[in-house]
Amino acid sequence: MLELTRITAGYDRRDPVVREVSLSVAAGEAVGLLGPSGCGKSTLARVAALLHRPDAGTMTLDGAVVRGWRHRAPREQRTAVGVVFQQPRLSADPRIGLRELIAQPLRATGRRREVPERVAELARLVGLSDELLERRPHAVSDGQLQRACLARALVLRPRLLICDEMTAMLDASTTAALVAVVERYRAESGAALLAVGHDRVLLERWCDRTVRWGEHHAEHAPTG
Amino acid sequence: MTADRAPDTAPVLDVRDLSVRFRMRGGNDIAAVSGARFSVAPGECLALVGESGCGKSVLASALLGLLPANAATTGSAVLGGDTDLLTAGERTLARTVRGRRIGLVPQSPAAHLTPVRTVRAQLEEALRELTGVRGSDLPKAALAAAARASFPEGHLDRYPHELSGGLAQRAATALALIGDAPLLLADEPTTGLDRDLVERTVDELRRHTDTGRALLIITHDLAAAERVADRVAVMYAGRIVEIADAEDFFQAPGPRHPYARGLLAALPERDFAPIPGMPPELGALPEGCAFAARCGHADDRCTAERPAFRADLACHHAPTGRTHPLKEAADA
Repeated sequence: MLELTRITAGYDRRDPVVREVSLSVAAGEAVGLLGPSGCGKSTLARVAALLHRPDAGTMTLDGAVVRGWRHRAPREQRTAVGVVFQQPRLSADPRIGLRELIAQPLRATGRRREVPERVAELARLVGLSDELLERRPHAVSDGQLQRACLARALVLRPRLLICDEMTAMLDASTTAALVAVVERYRAESGAALLAVGHDRVLLERWCDRTVRWGEHHAEHAPTG
Repeated sequence: MTADRAPDTAPVLDVRDLSVRFRMRGGNDIAAVSGARFSVAPGECLALVGESGCGKSVLASALLGLLPANAATTGSAVLGGDTDLLTAGERTLARTVRGRRIGLVPQSPAAHLTPVRTVRAQLEEALRELTGVRGSDLPKAALAAAARASFPEGHLDRYPHELSGGLAQRAATALALIGDAPLLLADEPTTGLDRDLVERTVDELRRHTDTGRALLIITHDLAAAERVADRVAVMYAGRIVEIADAEDFFQAPGPRHPYARGLLAALPERDFAPIPGMPPELGALPEGCAFAARCGHADDRCTAERPAFRADLACHHAPTGRTHPLKEAADA
């Protein structure tokens, strides 16, 4: 599904955050990437989510080599990947309500006709009431906003979901609820998961396998 | 019965029936905190746990006099036996309380630090203001202050935006410790930190507690609470629903309130099962127990009548002492 090979990425070419990292996620597989804060795992997640162009290395999605990131990524690849970030406040437009937040990817891809049905379906899945859907981000809690952000990530039915510290801000019960939502979606869609985080107990419980930052060099050492 | 055990020494902070209401446009009041009652003694750590939006941070803001203008408080929160934080004026709070008698370890350090000044400059300023260290002693004192919170010396000349979340947290912790305040108030000090850093941060806070300070730590991280706390207060929908000794709470016999039991069971190292539903809106709390709609034990009484906070517990199903009818029912 996802193949990252010898990726080097960062914000300063002379001092990259990620150096020659390789990682693969098979179709339908759930992989947890564990690492301490500041190690570069979020940067790698951004590369995998097509949001940050690496300085070197290759990435393939479903066997197709990725040639462009951000706005240069072809729609077919962009919509195959859903992403949820750590801080819902920073990833939600404060001017729009939760219903619109969830619907935006559909509108952006010319599928507005699907909005009412798909948003209602996802709101049920993540547990947001009609009343909450009308509110704007400032009027809901972090947990409620993260539920909406997860719904938004699932609205285009991605084949790969990337969760970068999705639950780091959340309490135990909301964490378990959101993980259950992801797993229900994966069970019915067969989507793969890359969950990035620092909580070993959580990722080991959640994922098929976990990779520790630093170990993936050895585990997926490129051959030839 | 009272909300706390009889402390050997006078409490550093004694909170009685603290309530916070936000007046909203249209006359809709938000009951962010209702009737909170607890105390923290010197050398003791109380962890206030609960899910996001339950009122924990509002309670912390009330103690520091940092509530917005549309908030109204009732009750009392007496610091050191002489200062009621709820009625003390801004002048008193600013000049004698914040930083000097209460050290704040903030929730979002990136927002708490001054963005246009380096960590070193901020440490030196706090040292000048709070400890009177001057001139050529300042650089050394700043290094020592950074070291207390394990902030690496090599990053002292960085600006807040150049720090990772973990380093920003440590910078903020270093600032909070400078005034040697008898009460440390840590509002989600470990959010976004990895496990090693969480443990180092709370161990550091614990170390300062063991030297005789009181620590009130507000967190949703139960593992951090277990590691650092002597006692645990569980908050749900603006009310404290249970206070317990940390050992009883996290090990045997376990929490007594059904919500607290659900919260613990949701941990990935336990059942990893969420509590069904979501907490009620603080602006539209039900008549009865706020947890009734999500509780497997709820009956007519729970939906009709709000349980009083007695024997450190607000639940109709465990009305007396430390016995635990729910636990036997759950284990059977």
